[in-house]
Amino acid sequence: MEKRDFTITAETGIHARPATILVQTASKFSSDVTLSYEGKSVNLKSIMGVMSLGVGQNANVTITASGDDEKEALDAVAETMKKEGLTD
Amino acid sequence: MSLLLNGLAASNGIAIAPAYLLVGSDLSIQKQHTNDKDHEVSRLHDSFAFSRQELRVIRDHAHQRLGQRAATVVDTQLAMLNDPALLAAIMDQIKGAGFTAEWAVKVVTDRYLNIFEHQNDNDYLQARGTAMRDVAKRLLSHLLAIDLPDPLQLDHRAIIVAKNVTPTDTAQFSRRYVAGLVTDGGGRTSHFTIMSRTLSLPAVVATKDATAKINNGDLLIVDGIHGKVIVRPSEEELEHYRLLAGQFAREQEAWGALRDQQTISTDGRHFEVAANVGTLADLEDARKNGAEGIGLLRTEFLYMNQAALPDEAQQFTAYKQFVSTMNEQRVVARTLDIGGDKRLGMVPLPQEANPYLGFRAIRVGLAKPEILRPQLRALLRVSVYGRLAIMFPMVATIEEFRQARAILDEEKDKLVAAGVAVADNVEVGMMLEIPAVAMMADLFAPEVDFFSIGSNDLIQYLFAADRGNARVAYLYQELHPAVLRTVKRVIDAAHAEGKWVGMCGEMAGSPLATPLLMGMGLDEFSMRSSQILRIRALIKKLNTRHLQPLVHRALAAKTAPEVTELVKEFIPELKDE
Repeated sequence: MEKRDFTITAETGIHARPATILVQTASKFSSDVTLSYEGKSVNLKSIMGVMSLGVGQNANVTITASGDDEKEALDAVAETMKKEGLTD
Repeated sequence: MSLLLNGLAASNGIAIAPAYLLVGSDLSIQKQHTNDKDHEVSRLHDSFAFSRQELRVIRDHAHQRLGQRAATVVDTQLAMLNDPALLAAIMDQIKGAGFTAEWAVKVVTDRYLNIFEHQNDNDYLQARGTAMRDVAKRLLSHLLAIDLPDPLQLDHRAIIVAKNVTPTDTAQFSRRYVAGLVTDGGGRTSHFTIMSRTLSLPAVVATKDATAKINNGDLLIVDGIHGKVIVRPSEEELEHYRLLAGQFAREQEAWGALRDQQTISTDGRHFEVAANVGTLADLEDARKNGAEGIGLLRTEFLYMNQAALPDEAQQFTAYKQFVSTMNEQRVVARTLDIGGDKRLGMVPLPQEANPYLGFRAIRVGLAKPEILRPQLRALLRVSVYGRLAIMFPMVATIEEFRQARAILDEEKDKLVAAGVAVADNVEVGMMLEIPAVAMMADLFAPEVDFFSIGSNDLIQYLFAADRGNARVAYLYQELHPAVLRTVKRVIDAAHAEGKWVGMCGEMAGSPLATPLLMGMGLDEFSMRSSQILRIRALIKKLNTRHLQPLVHRALAAKTAPEVTELVKEFIPELKDE
């Protein structure tokens, strides 16, 4: 299992657009990918789950991936977060 | 039997085409249980499948016409429909609670909306709610077999009929098929009104109830010259309007002869008739219509539909095209004017109770110099390619102007120190939109190189009335003596210091205002390009000295209708305006 912590620096939080792109990214991999925030965990392949968390600015989130391509999945998600301006 | 609707003549020209209603359909439903759960589940599956199919088409259209960013908005909705969690939650309501598919969709989507709305409520997170509501609407439209309006799917020439049109809606219009525009709300200076003028699209706005009286597919005549809409016209009416349309075309042609002429009154005074532009397409229009300069270059276009702020190099390349194309003719660039009703994705602004009175324009620029400074540097660097002037929007106090000017001077010094060429004749001025500035115009005048009166905002602030609110739009009175006195005061104060004054609001292109503005000595009239030749033709017939009694009486009038009457009495050719 791969696990990484992130701080969301974007003033806008994980809003509709980055949520969509994160879900699209995670869905490319076979591993299970989860997003955890304030004690709640959701499937990062589920947009309803990601949106329900309401992750705002300065949130500390953890992303875990487990499966055959867990390393690649987590790298890709981390890169997307950066590219979408969610993290520094 | 035809039906006549009256509204505001928003954009010249006549269009004859069927109506295309862009209004939300009635998708209201009742709480109902079912005896056939399998049937409801299968209906639900079908509605998901149809909705996905439609959204894929819309996504591809958006991608082709508007780019990846616009397509992602649709992708969000697609991701919702592809999310097994959403489908499973709705199925639970059918199988568990025994609800119909419609009610199950409503229960589940309302639950998510409730979650979204109770969290962090910045603008961006609210987009989740918009996407959820749109998905719910689409699913219900299939379950209820009611068509949703969708401007992207328009595939024939039609007249758009809507309550109001957002900038996002207009971005979806295809120029090929949209023949005209009719709205319930709005005013002469609403965004869609201005957009329809830019595209020379006949438009009638503020009809109050066009969407209630017009059915999809009804044949319409939109008379954007007189502000009339004729629904299901008779043969005689069609005949009459085809004639009018021909006349309009001939008039346009006569004005075309004035394209390369200067705008000089019969007593030999030169007035600069310039164009307001916001894109390269506008610049092309300005040239085609014989603009003598650019009186307002809106720089916001560079920031629209972008993921990040444009850097200095991108801005330099863009501004250079305007300045070098206009060559020796002046280009007045306005620094970024956001806030009010103009919002940008990459510059999040706070949600405010009164955005028009809030954090906007130069207030944003001074608070976020990381946006203003690169823009000023890019502008200064293009100054050597033509004749550039820079103005700051919404300046309220002398301190603000000094602060903005100091930043400009600092950037100029840095460029010069780095060996970058900067023209030394760059004029630095400001928009005059705030009544407080008009009161202080004599003290501002020594500090600026010019004023450009932004009449749209100035009039709104003078009358404390929102121009886009149909209920109070009547208070937006260009020809009111209060407006004329304010303009006169500003012109006199500037001229006393040897400075010039322009106007770049709608009023500058309004024929009824032209003789008054000329008579008061306005130096530059900047307007949408489609109006330039008409105003030039008018100015060339008038004598500023003979206009003085008119100005005198207008300034002493008590109401706007009195002023209108005076103008029409003095200049009979304006009687139909």
